[in-house]
Formats: sequence, C-alpha cells, structure tokens
Amino acid sequence: MPSRTGSHSPTGFGRGLPERGLLLLAVLVLLEGSVLPLGAASSPDISHQANSDSHKKADGGHNITKKAFPVLSLDYQHIHIPFEISLWVLLASLMKLGFHMIPRLSSIVPESCLLIVVGLLVGGLIKLAGEKVPPVLNTQLFFLILLPPIILDAGYFLPIRPFMENLGTILMFAVVGTLWNAFFIGGLLYAVTQIQPANPSDLHSLELLPCLLFGAIISAVDPVAVLAVFEEIHINELLHILVFGESLLNDAVTVVLYHLFEEFSSEGTVTVMDGFLGLISFLVVALGGVLVGAIYGILAAFTSRFTSHMRVIEPLFVFVYSYMAYLSSELFHLSGIMALIACGAVMRPYVEANISHKSHTTIKYFLKMWSSVSETLIFIFLGVVTVDGPHSWNWTFVVVTVILCLVARVIGVIGLTFVINKFRIVKLTTKDQFIIAYGGLRGAIAFSLGFLLEKNHFPKREMFLTAIITVIFFTVFVQGMTIKPLVELLAVKKKQEAKRSINEEIHTQFLDHLLTGIEDICGHYGHHHWKDKLNRFNKKYVKKCLIAGERSKEPQLIAFYHKMEMKQAIELVESGGGAKLPSSMPSTVSMQNIQPKKPPPAKSADRTLLQIPKGREEEIRKILRSNLQRTRQRLHSYNRHTLVADPYEDGFSDIIKKRRLMELEKKIKEMSNYLTVPAAASDSPTMHRARLSSGRDTDFKPAQQQKGNKSCPDPQSYGVKPATDNVPTIQVDLASPQSPDSVNVMDEFGRGDQEEDQGLMMKPPSGHKKPGEAEGAREQQKLTRCLSDPGPGGDEDEDEPFLP
Amino acid sequence: MGALQSLPGQPEHIDLAEKTGFSLEQIGVLHKRFRQLSHNEETLRRDHFNEIPDLACNPIRAQIIEAFFDKRNYRQNGEGTVEEISFEDFLVVMSHFRPPSVHMTEEQRESVRREKLRFLFNMHDTDNDGTITLEEYRHVVEELLSRSGALGKETAKGIADAAMLEVASISVGHMEPDEFYEGITFEHFLKLLNGFEIESRMNIRFLNMDTTTLCK
Repeated sequence: MPSRTGSHSPTGFGRGLPERGLLLLAVLVLLEGSVLPLGAASSPDISHQANSDSHKKADGGHNITKKAFPVLSLDYQHIHIPFEISLWVLLASLMKLGFHMIPRLSSIVPESCLLIVVGLLVGGLIKLAGEKVPPVLNTQLFFLILLPPIILDAGYFLPIRPFMENLGTILMFAVVGTLWNAFFIGGLLYAVTQIQPANPSDLHSLELLPCLLFGAIISAVDPVAVLAVFEEIHINELLHILVFGESLLNDAVTVVLYHLFEEFSSEGTVTVMDGFLGLISFLVVALGGVLVGAIYGILAAFTSRFTSHMRVIEPLFVFVYSYMAYLSSELFHLSGIMALIACGAVMRPYVEANISHKSHTTIKYFLKMWSSVSETLIFIFLGVVTVDGPHSWNWTFVVVTVILCLVARVIGVIGLTFVINKFRIVKLTTKDQFIIAYGGLRGAIAFSLGFLLEKNHFPKREMFLTAIITVIFFTVFVQGMTIKPLVELLAVKKKQEAKRSINEEIHTQFLDHLLTGIEDICGHYGHHHWKDKLNRFNKKYVKKCLIAGERSKEPQLIAFYHKMEMKQAIELVESGGGAKLPSSMPSTVSMQNIQPKKPPPAKSADRTLLQIPKGREEEIRKILRSNLQRTRQRLHSYNRHTLVADPYEDGFSDIIKKRRLMELEKKIKEMSNYLTVPAAASDSPTMHRARLSSGRDTDFKPAQQQKGNKSCPDPQSYGVKPATDNVPTIQVDLASPQSPDSVNVMDEFGRGDQEEDQGLMMKPPSGHKKPGEAEGAREQQKLTRCLSDPGPGGDEDEDEPFLP
Repeated sequence: MGALQSLPGQPEHIDLAEKTGFSLEQIGVLHKRFRQLSHNEETLRRDHFNEIPDLACNPIRAQIIEAFFDKRNYRQNGEGTVEEISFEDFLVVMSHFRPPSVHMTEEQRESVRREKLRFLFNMHDTDNDGTITLEEYRHVVEELLSRSGALGKETAKGIADAAMLEVASISVGHMEPDEFYEGITFEHFLKLLNGFEIESRMNIRFLNMDTTTLCK
C-alpha cells in the first residue's frame, strides 16, 4: 500500500491547485477502493493471498518446508476490524479535505452530494473487485455510533431562544406535519397500487399497513441532511430553526409510527384501542425521551460543579452523560434524539459556567470533529449501499413515491402555516413557506429504518429500500443543489452576520422585562410572564445547585459582558498583536470622549480623570483583589496534576496590584480606546510575549489580551518597562473591574503556558519575533468545517444565554 | 364573544379602534382591565400601577410606569408628564405593542419600527432633552442589574460606558481627543438598533377573550 501512494503522488505536484486536487481525489478513491476489498474479505485465505500480492516482502517463511522463524509475518485478521474502520474514517476525512481544495466545486455542489458520489464510486470499485460490500450502514452502527455525535452537536449548540420562541410552530410541523405526510403518502400509495385491476402487477400484493409503514419511514425530515445543506446556505435564523427543529422533533413521531405499524402489520388488524394506545405511546415516547435527557443533563451539570480540580476530564463528562442519555432512552424505545437534544440543551448553561475555558474549547472542537466525520461517513455509506443493493426497481412505485413526497410536503406546509399564522405574532410569508417546504430533505435515517424491516413480514422490502434511496437521492441532489440559487433568487433574508453588541444585549434584556411588565399590566399571563417566572426560578434555586461558587450569582448581562471582553481580547491578539485596530472598532473614539464634562468647564476632560483620590486607591485594590479571585476560580488549573502548587500564587496578587496602580497613573495621560489598543512598538518585549503566548497554542486560542502584557507571567521581567509612550495600555475607567479581570485571564493562561513550556520566558524576546508573527498570520487561515470554524471568532451560537 | 358584543353603542370605542388599531373586542377587554386597575374610577394614577403584585419583581418597574404617564408617548407631540391618565391615553400607550400586520408596505413597517424605537428612547431619556446621556444610560443598566444585588453600581458603570463607546463608534466614527460625545440622539439610537428587528420583537399578544378574572 505505501508503495502505491508513493508512485502516484509526486506526479501531481507540478500542476496547479485544482488539478492537483482532482488528482488527489482520484488517487484516494482508487486507493481506498482497492484496499477495502482486501479488508472486506473475511476468509483468511483470500486476505492472505491478496496481501501477499501487494507486499513485496513476501512472507517467505510460509513457503519453506522447514518452519523457519518468521522474521516478518502478516496477520491481517488480528487487526482487520479496527483497520477497516480507520480506513473508512481516513477516507472520509481525506475526501473532505479534497473537496475544499477544489474551490469552485464546493460552492456549486453541496458537500453531501459529493460525498454520496464518492460512496458510489467506492462501492462500485468494491463490487468490481468482486468482493462483498461490507454492510456499512447496518442499523446498529448507524443508530448507535454514527448518529449520536451529530445530534449531540446540534443539541448542545442549539440556539435556545429562537427555538423556544417558535416551539409551537416547530411542534406543529413536526407532529402534525409528519403524521399528515405519513398517512397521505401511505394511503395514496396503497390506492395507487390497487388501481390497476386489469394487469395485476406484483404491487397488488401490497397491503395497507406496509404502505402506511413505508409512508411513516419516508415522511420524516432528516436532521443530518438538513444540517448538511442548510449550513451552507446561511438563511435567516427563523427559517433555519423551523426546519431544523422540525427535523429533530419528528423523531418521536417516526419512532412511534414505525413501531406501531410494525406491530400491527404482524398482527393484521387494527382496533380503535390500538389507535388510542398509539397516541399514549407517542406522549410517552416524546416526553419520556425529554425527561431522560433532562435528568442526565442535570446530572452532568451537577458533576461539572465539582470538577475544578480535575479539569482534564471535564469534556468527558459531557460526552459520556449525553451518550448515556441516548442509550438509556433507546433502552426503553423512547426517542433517543429528543433525549440527546434535551440533555445537551439542559446541561449547557450550567456546564459552561463551571468548566474552564480550555475544556469548553475542547468540547466544542470534539463535537464538531465527531459530527463532521459522522456526517461524512453517513453520506459515503449511503453511496456504498446504493451500489450494494439488493434493489428491486418498480417504476410506478418509485415515481409515485417521489411525487407524493413532494406534493404531501407542499400541501402539509401550506395547510399548517395557514393554521399556525393565526397564532403567531410574526407571520410566515409565502417565501418562508416555500423554503420550509423545499427544505424537507430525507436522509439516512429513513434508509436505516427501512433496512431494519424484516423480510418475512415485508416481502416488498427491497422495493421499499429502492424507493427510499431514490427519494433520498432526489431530495439531496436536486433540492440540495438548487436550494442555494433559489434562496438567492427569492431574496430570502440571510443570516445576520453582525456580532452581538453590548447594546443589543442590554436592550434584549430590557425588552424582556418591558414586555413582561406590559403583560402584567394587561392582566394576562402570556409567554413572557412564564418565561420570566422560569428565569427567576432558575436563578433562585437551580443555579445555586448546579453552578459552583460565585458564578451562580452572576447575572446574564455581566456574564455576556465578560465573554465579549474575552472575545475582543482574543481577536486583538489574533489580529497581529494590536498592530492594526480590530475592524470592530474602526473609530478613534475613546473613553475620554464619553466621559461627561465636569464643572468648571475650564478644565478639560483629561485632567479631571488624573486625580485619583487616596481613598479610591483602597477601593480599587479591593475590587482588583476580589476580581482576581473570581477569575482564578474560573480559569485556573490547566495542568493535569494539581500536585504542584502554584509557586507564584501568593506573591502574584501583590505584583499585580502594584503594577496596576503604577500603570493607572501612566495610562490616564494616554489615548486609549476601550478594549482596543493603539499601535505599539512591535519590538517591545511585551508584544513579543503576546505573540508568543498566542502562537503557542495554535488550536486552542487562549484569551491573551494585549493590554495585560505588562504583567506577564514572568515575574523576572517585572523591572522591564518600556519607556515609550505608545505602549499597550488599558482602558482608563477607574471604576471598572473588568479590565483587571481580562488581565487576569491572560495571566492565568500565561501561567499555564509557563508551566508547560518551561523556560519559555527565559529566552530573549528578539529571537522569537518571526515565528510569533508567522503563527499569528497562520491563525488567520483557518480551515473551515463546512464553512464554519467553531473558533472563538465564529461562535455566535454560544452567546445565547439560557432562557434570557 | 357574544357577551362582549352586548356592550351597546360605545361610539368612543369605535373611535379608539380606528385611532389605535385595536379590534373592538380587544378594546373591550382592555377597558375592563382599566376599570379593574383603577377601581372603577375614570383615571389611572401611579399608585394604581404600584398595586399590581406581579409588577413588583420587575427591575424596570419604575420606568414602565413612567412610560404610561409620559406625554411624549401619546402621539400628540406633547411633552412632560401627567399625573393621571384616561383610558384613551392608556390605550394609545398599549398600541405601541401591537404587532405589525402582515400586509404592510416597507414604509409602513419602517414607521412602525420608528415608533417602537421612539417609545424605548423615551423610556431611557428621562429628562426629555432628546438625548440619552451617559448618566441616563448608566441608570438604565443599573436598574437592569438591580435585582442582582452584589455587583451593582461599579459593574453597571463599566457596562454602560462600554455601551456608550460602542454607540459613539458606530454613529460618529472619528473624534478628536478633546471632542465630547453629548449623548445618544434618536437618529443614533435608530442606527444602533438597526439589526434588532424590533418590529417583530416588541409585541405582545392582545387577547380577544377576557381573562382578567383569572389574574390580579
């Protein structure tokens, strides 16, 4: 195998990027296609033979009559399962890489389509090689391994506020819409199969219940497909949450309908009692799933309260509890998807308040990584199983299915919107309805459910599978490819890229209270009232239990404010250490412009601020000290073993205090933007440290803040203070405890850095200028996962406070 | 619905319906609530509002109540405050919270936006001078955080300062060090909350059914 790649890759280097990409793609497909048959073969003879073909070093020991000691032997059986799995995962990841190297392709064709095509190719290759295609999309693998990461990722980062605001609409679409789809498609299919009495085809043997079951399977909108396609088109939040929420919540309906019809079709008769039981079952499945998820979510939140001494395993708790929630609900045949969503959504606000920043980044990256790989694998496997078959193509059935799916979806959406709009404040327009209808993609869940069907109960199983695959292909290819130009054509409102500003946050909170107040004055308990009640309950009881320490009392606005500060600090460092102002603050307005003029008007604004009365110093010191402790609680202990006590801990706060006070007097003279820093001399030692520290952890971007650099974690550099005026400075406002906070953040990470890179601080700064800058620049080109890099820059979703 | 329609000939209500855009049933319900709050008097005073128990735990209670007595919200270009309000004034203030109807032109939608934002602006601008100064904004943030106890004034100041700086950066852009940003004018306020979609957010559902018997 190594030899093969070796012979191909050098040829690609001389050409341009797209060509290289195409070549790489072809090579990869060929490679995987040829290796996999070797793996697929289960009998030791075949594998032995095949492997001995490709390896030059023959296992000569086996050919000699006298059994010599085998210097080199082959044992494929020993490792073949993990080997194949790794190979598939590698294929998936390399495919993803490859697609993004070909820029034009990824903007025309959505990734999901490309992946299915790759799957088709690989499947075809395997078949050509004469091997048996591995049963890759078997139900166990799909439902237990491939699906949970995607759903957890979706649930953990679910934007709670729009979800809750539109919950009624989403539920209507999910429950009523799916029911309508299922019965409409199932019923009409049955009618169609019965309408040709003249030439009895084998369709006649199809009974009502299998048709209804088929309808139930095919009618559910698939979250994986929706995610894959919608992520690339960036439509506005409302539509996104409507379609996506529907795809998540209809799982309960699908599960119930599936089990119901499966049960009935083996029995043969349906009674009213069964229908009633079905309804009860639906409620149990849905609510039970949510309950199980919520319980595990609360457990996870509670556990995270105590992890302050063992930060390294914090992400593990999140993952394991969520997976347990999924498995537990699958145990009882409850809705696993709803359990996962509930678990992620419930645990998130509390866990995020408890865990360290690095754990938070870890969780984010792991979730995105797993869900990305899962999604890729699912689409590839879809392609592979398509080639595998067995297929039973029946023109009537398949075509009618496709048409009915479309028609049912359109009618369902229009009808439901008509009813829903009576209850909505912000009505859904026709454009919205069109996008919702068009976004109803089917995907791998439908296929897996079909795969689960037993042959003896459902003789038409292959026909069903063929039809399902056709519908999936149709929706993913046709609808997936055309939705982007349609969105452009119809001028549907896109996602607002604007960052959440502090003003918007203030006004969001203000508006919430205002509307609650008006509702109270009007005298009816609207949903603002209940939301407010829930918030108060949350603050009073729940937060105290689940969030460690002082952060339980931190109000939303302040938490948001801190987050924003961190973000800006990170941004600052990423943008090259303040050499240019971050684009978010392109103005030169500074705090001095804002402070009101104090009488007498003869004094200018600057001079007023120079006076720090003695009494204030004490105050400042107290504030700084308390803030130091608070931040430390949140962000400390990155090291794996907390055996080593922090050597500088005691002297640290004193150093900080002294430095702060000395700096304060200096800063006041200078022009300083709040949170933005004027250009500093790029060879100042503090700038180096900023770049160094930011460059060190290229993947996990610590909240390095430029302005805090003066108090860098190297106490030995205490004496070094640049004498120049345009030194990175902190904001002038004396009363704000925030800037020391952010400073401390940097210090904490610098601390972490110091402990892992011993001697980092000892090196002379001048030598590190280039690598620091280079790394800073490198950080700019981030690889995007389906166009979204969940680095601190692109995490709008995170800013959602829990039920604000 | 039948019970409400038995209200015979309330021509003022029809006038009000046209003026404020509420439906007759909604006006009927609100009128009942008005009478309930004012203990069957003709006008409402501030202490009537203070009696509403649910309102007690609202951090911006005072501003909300003030908004009802602020003449700038009566759409008559008045100024100053009054001590008591009639049902018509009550209704006019409430009408700021009606959702925009589906079939509205861009212009109408824009004017609805302006109206709602004007209401918010008036709530912040307590001294009626047409600008929200730093002090007033600080007060707003303090009120919002007033339920959180410990952190109080200092944090509120910091947050308000940051917010003001943001407004100044967005609206004015470039300022010399000795220039001074007076305060947020209405135009700046509009620009600031441009992406806020206030016309879809600042709404409450006015019921056609009478539920005042259920609540206090």
